[in-house]
Amino acid sequence: MTPTILIFVRRVGISCIVLLGVSMLIFAIARVIPGDPARIALGPSATAEQVAKLRAELRLDEPITTQYGHFLSELAQGDLGISLYTNRPVVVDIAQFLPATLELIFVAGAMMIVIGLPLGIASARWRGTWIDNAIRMIALLGVSAPSFVWAVILMLLFAYFLPLFPIAGRISDTFAIEQVTGFLFLDTLIAGNLAAFGNAAWHVILPAFALALSGIGQTARLTRANMVETYDKPYVEMARSYGVPDRRIANRYAFKPSLIPSLTIIGLDFAAMLGNAFLVEAVFAWPGLSRYGVSVILRKDLDAIVGTVLIISATFLIMNLIVDVLVTIINPRIRYSRTAS
Amino acid sequence: MIVPTLDIRDLRLGFRTYEAYVEVLHGISLNIAPGERVALVGESGSGKSVTARIVLGLLQLLRSARISGSVVFEGRDLDRLSARERQRLRGTRMTMVFQDPTSSLNPVYRIGTQFHEVLRRTEPRINEHAARERAAQMLLEVSIDDPDRVFESYPFQLSGGMNQRVMIAMALANEPALLIADEPGTALDVTVQAQTLKLMRELVEHHHTSVLFISHNLGVVREFADRVYVIYKGRIVEQGPCASVFERPGHAYTRALMAAVPRITGGGLPDIGDEPRDFSQPLVVHESGGYA
Repeated sequence: MTPTILIFVRRVGISCIVLLGVSMLIFAIARVIPGDPARIALGPSATAEQVAKLRAELRLDEPITTQYGHFLSELAQGDLGISLYTNRPVVVDIAQFLPATLELIFVAGAMMIVIGLPLGIASARWRGTWIDNAIRMIALLGVSAPSFVWAVILMLLFAYFLPLFPIAGRISDTFAIEQVTGFLFLDTLIAGNLAAFGNAAWHVILPAFALALSGIGQTARLTRANMVETYDKPYVEMARSYGVPDRRIANRYAFKPSLIPSLTIIGLDFAAMLGNAFLVEAVFAWPGLSRYGVSVILRKDLDAIVGTVLIISATFLIMNLIVDVLVTIINPRIRYSRTAS
Repeated sequence: MIVPTLDIRDLRLGFRTYEAYVEVLHGISLNIAPGERVALVGESGSGKSVTARIVLGLLQLLRSARISGSVVFEGRDLDRLSARERQRLRGTRMTMVFQDPTSSLNPVYRIGTQFHEVLRRTEPRINEHAARERAAQMLLEVSIDDPDRVFESYPFQLSGGMNQRVMIAMALANEPALLIADEPGTALDVTVQAQTLKLMRELVEHHHTSVLFISHNLGVVREFADRVYVIYKGRIVEQGPCASVFERPGHAYTRALMAAVPRITGGGLPDIGDEPRDFSQPLVVHESGGYA
């Protein structure tokens, strides 16, 4: 087995254990929060018998360990229970809302990479010049305001005053797209409707940019800081003494060793966006999982809370896994030292 | 008349800081004939390394550096060349070997890739296969007989001595006219250092490469160089053929430097007879047999 695969397998194992831990924690926390889920679900006019009956159905009177046991055996069959809020299986709810959020954060993550990294490289290459100063200003601006503020500002500027982008939603109502995967980018392509694909892309730009801005700023700042440090390393001087052009030094010889810490941050930001997406989703009326998660927490919808949190954690772990693998691919020292140990 | 490979005249270097102007080199003159090995010897901070970096044109990139005097390389005044032309010389006509081989090679690229980059300096379109072949030839010259394993390795997987050989092979791969060796192998242990220096000496003799050898180690210089310049606080204090300078050091600083070499025969650290104020005596030139 190659070192990379070995590391991957080990990380998958660790991730499963973490996920189990998260499920226990969130299972317990959801039940400890004050308030009776059955009472909230049935409303103030329900009788005591009705509430007691629902509590029994939900097994809320059994010890928490027994409840958790039931949860695990159902989970093994791919069942996350029924949402009291939508009255549908939680799995169905998640399948409906998750793709919208994933689409949003993937576009935002791509923006972090294709905008943040080059900004960081340019800033480091021309450090101390006006280019550097301008980029650092922009990056600071990006990290210093929360994404929902950017969401409102961007919406006002580019959807209201300058109507370049749509104000809200995932796609214009004029398009009727058959839902296959839930991912509009995929579904429109499956339907062969390029106009609809373009329309969906046009809708995602503003919310994704609002969500990505702080990540772009962080990525640019971190990449710059690491690269400035790398520029002082003997191997960069060696590349210079061999007449390697500045551009090539920046994009290859100084960039690659500096990429590792940036990549870790991008991965974490990427996953953290899942949670942060809520306010952006709210501003742009984006039918995503983050909005769903908040509504079910407010209604103490136990199964839905546990299901949503588990899915978010799993996505987080998968992202971390991808980043870990990428880091080992980029950094040979990790690749070889870990297998040696 | 032979055109010297390198002819430095009255080279001055200063740095402009916020407080003041600090002069580091106070007029250095030095020349190297084709195929000649010349050492520049002095203590830390005497101005050896900055001289090397001016020749390469690296210091000129610093905005705070003020450089005057002339550096003529193969008959061309480097000052008259554009930054681009100077860059074209680096890695092709002049190359450099660094102090610490392992940290001077990029940690995240394989040796093969880095060697390819070096060869592309003279042959921009050289393909991977041709580069490997040429590099393998060079590695054989530095007594590395399993080039394929080395190409697939990262610098941290090789020993310091191996990396040093790789660096020497890289430095000579493009057949430069001038090789600058800045304290080569000081980071290595003594026996490995001696081995690689011997190898380097044989190679430069074989390729007829001129060498500017920078060191603080007199023993090494004596083994390696034809002529020696002793530098102290940004001034050349003594110059001449190696043998002559080592036998009859004329300058107080040279005597102090030689006395400072610890000897295995015992006696601990020697006393230095001359007064430090004598170190600013005028230049001593040994004429016998030298190139002028």
